[in-house]
Amino acid sequence: MGDKIVVDNIKKSFPISKGTLEVVTNLSLSVRDGEFLAIVGPSGCGKSTLMKMICGFEMPDEGTIKVDGVVREGPNSKGILISQHGSVFPWMTVQQNMIFGLKDSSEKEKKELADHYIAMVGLKGFEKNYPHELSGGMLKRVEIARALAMKPEILYMDEPFSALDALMNLHMRKELLRILEEERHTVLLITHDVEEAVHLADRIMVLSPRPTKIQAVYEVNIPHPRKISSPELQELKDTILRELGL
Amino acid sequence: MTIKKKDFFAQKRGRILAPLVVIGALIAIWWIAVIITKSAIFPTPWQVVTGTVELAKDGTLWDHITSSLARVCTGFFLAIAIAIPVGLWIGRVDAAYTTLNPIFQILRPISPIAWIPLAILWFGVGNASPIFLIFIASVFPMVVQTASAVHTIEKRYLRAAENFGVSRSKLYRQVIIPAVFPEIIVGMRITLGVAWLVVVAAEMIALRSGLGYLIMDSRNAGNRYDLVIASMIIIGVIGLILDKTTRFLEKRKSVRWRYGR
Repeated sequence: MGDKIVVDNIKKSFPISKGTLEVVTNLSLSVRDGEFLAIVGPSGCGKSTLMKMICGFEMPDEGTIKVDGVVREGPNSKGILISQHGSVFPWMTVQQNMIFGLKDSSEKEKKELADHYIAMVGLKGFEKNYPHELSGGMLKRVEIARALAMKPEILYMDEPFSALDALMNLHMRKELLRILEEERHTVLLITHDVEEAVHLADRIMVLSPRPTKIQAVYEVNIPHPRKISSPELQELKDTILRELGL
Repeated sequence: MTIKKKDFFAQKRGRILAPLVVIGALIAIWWIAVIITKSAIFPTPWQVVTGTVELAKDGTLWDHITSSLARVCTGFFLAIAIAIPVGLWIGRVDAAYTTLNPIFQILRPISPIAWIPLAILWFGVGNASPIFLIFIASVFPMVVQTASAVHTIEKRYLRAAENFGVSRSKLYRQVIIPAVFPEIIVGMRITLGVAWLVVVAAEMIALRSGLGYLIMDSRNAGNRYDLVIASMIIIGVIGLILDKTTRFLEKRKSVRWRYGR
């Protein structure tokens, strides 16, 4: 399998009141096609900045980011971002949200596609509801369904489940794995939850504190379905936590 | 369940009953005060009622109400039609904002009443003057409110729209306008209240119709203070109805998200 995303020696800093704040220095990484890569790091290390650059919302000061061999110059619908705070439009119904980004098909086809993914995330019957009538977990599922309906090649997930309670978090992970069984996407997950990373990912990168660089990489050669309580997973989790200094 | 239901009705009754009691008490105090002071000019509540009935019967009251409302509606909707596009534009384009915002900020705090001499100079004493004044009173607050609403749209929504790669027109129609719509409704409510204040003041100047004119005319034509007070109460009640009408817009499900519960 070839490389889907190649990040080559990027640098990013922000101006602050006294000089500049270096967030990312000389960072390189690549994500293979169809791979689930998780990036973990301490909070404030620049994970989200890195994600914004890979998605195309921000440009690196130096270095390049290539997706499918093409240099990134802005976001596009080939890769959809699912962010921590969610971006389901509160002024639209679930169905209107689902249809929002769809192009090149008739209204009927769009509705069918929307309904398919609404059913996939278990929200059948809520098509006409507004986001404020749904719970946090349901909203997250709408967000994921809306991203999937775009048929993106890449899913960018920036701490997607961190705002959910522990039970819903686990439920959503299982849901995501189930969906990924059905449709293979390249996934880039950013998280501070090591357990989430070992549960989901094929490969885990540990980032250092700011200015951030790659500190360690782990291949997770454990087949799905994974049991969180299994000794292998626990061992890997402990190793990564040690790497993070805990 | 039954207890809850009872509470609900008790609450609802309280919401209507309590203000009614206060209004009743005020009317009583007013009535007693007029009798004690033996005022020859200041009317009793009953005289106000008979005065109102008299006006309603000969039809002049409706003419005054409709001409005031027509002026408010014309000026207000003209203002909305200009202010919302301008507000959206300067909210999105920073260069336009930095250029035009200071001008709007200077014009906004000038009381519409201060524009009366200019209105008379430019438009004479016909209908155009009060409509112009209402337009002035409404347009600047609406522009500023709309622009600031655009500025407070959360970035995550704009980013999502950018991510999905939608066209400019779709971005405006389905993201920016619905995102600022709750704020626009609030702006409309405040502005309509101001417009109603202004029309009455403007009509006191020289016109021959409207509730403002009715107040001045009643005083000038033989100290009919019963009609003065009747007009004041009618102005208040119509103001309340206008406010309730715009509040109706806030009930739409597509804007509820902005107002909390």
